[in-house]
Amino acid sequence: MNIIVAVDDEVRHEARPSAVEAGPATKRIVVGYGFWIFLLSDIVMFAAIFAAYAVLIHATAGGPGGLQLFNQRSVAIETGCLLASSYTCGLMSLAISSRRYAVTYLAALIIFVLGAAFLALEVREFAGMIAVGAGPQRSAFLSAFFMLVGCHGLHVTAGLVWLAVMMAQVAIKGFRATVERRLLCFSLFWHALDIVWVWLFTVVYLMGVLS
Amino acid sequence: MTDTHYDRAPGDASALPDVEQGTSSGVLVYTIGLALAVTLTAMSFWVANTSLLWAGGVSLGLTVLAIAQMGVHLVFFLHVTTGPDNTNNVMGLAFGVLIVALVVVGSLLIMADLNDNMMPAADLMNLQMQH
Repeated sequence: MNIIVAVDDEVRHEARPSAVEAGPATKRIVVGYGFWIFLLSDIVMFAAIFAAYAVLIHATAGGPGGLQLFNQRSVAIETGCLLASSYTCGLMSLAISSRRYAVTYLAALIIFVLGAAFLALEVREFAGMIAVGAGPQRSAFLSAFFMLVGCHGLHVTAGLVWLAVMMAQVAIKGFRATVERRLLCFSLFWHALDIVWVWLFTVVYLMGVLS
Repeated sequence: MTDTHYDRAPGDASALPDVEQGTSSGVLVYTIGLALAVTLTAMSFWVANTSLLWAGGVSLGLTVLAIAQMGVHLVFFLHVTTGPDNTNNVMGLAFGVLIVALVVVGSLLIMADLNDNMMPAADLMNLQMQH
């Protein structure tokens, strides 16, 4: 065994002690895992709403269906916004781990603007549908549609509020351990929302316009 | 030291000193993920709108693309791996996927069955579907 291996071994040993001698996992791991479980339960809730939508997709009560209502161009732009903000969120977590304030604020700003653009497009779509008499009370299909897409929209709204609060905490408290853990949870939340949106645009908007 | 060690927090990239990732390689991982996700999204939109494919297979194709994109998000954005420090995260995820599949597939199966068996006449079925 040469010295490099020995040193390497020692460094690893220090950074990664066995569970027996290290005791319970760090708070970052426990908090992250707890939030992971919450996200999974949130996704199970979305699954129930997805199932309701899929069951009611033909229950249009003589009203308009997806083919008449959905605008693929706006959905494509919404998808682009969310995807880009998810990517920026990844870059933000890198900036946080290397303690770069300016990059963090810039990334948060981009995430916020993209998320707000997504919401604006969605609200415009909803308003347009309600204006032509295709509101949630028109048919079971539309109730399920507004429930599903609206629930995702509410999650995005909550995410934007959370992001704003987190930036205030970074500005006031700096990169403390608590703040970093909350930022970890935020990025998990934001990426999970993007995964929900992948299913949403596939099942609702793309499959909805198939004849 | 490959014996028992800490788990990794979900969403954290590898934190082991021997595979320490600099910021640039972290950016690379996210950029690869973005490129793959954009490609898959573009394919989904193309598949839904093209007339070149057999119409009956389009839904299945879209589902496969969505699953692939979910995988890309999990691996490149949420850093889910098969490593031993990720076992708990993957087990949680697997349980979530199981429940989601049960809820969605179960609801669809039961409701389709119900529509098939409980409604003898086609117009009765229409009545039921529209209210």
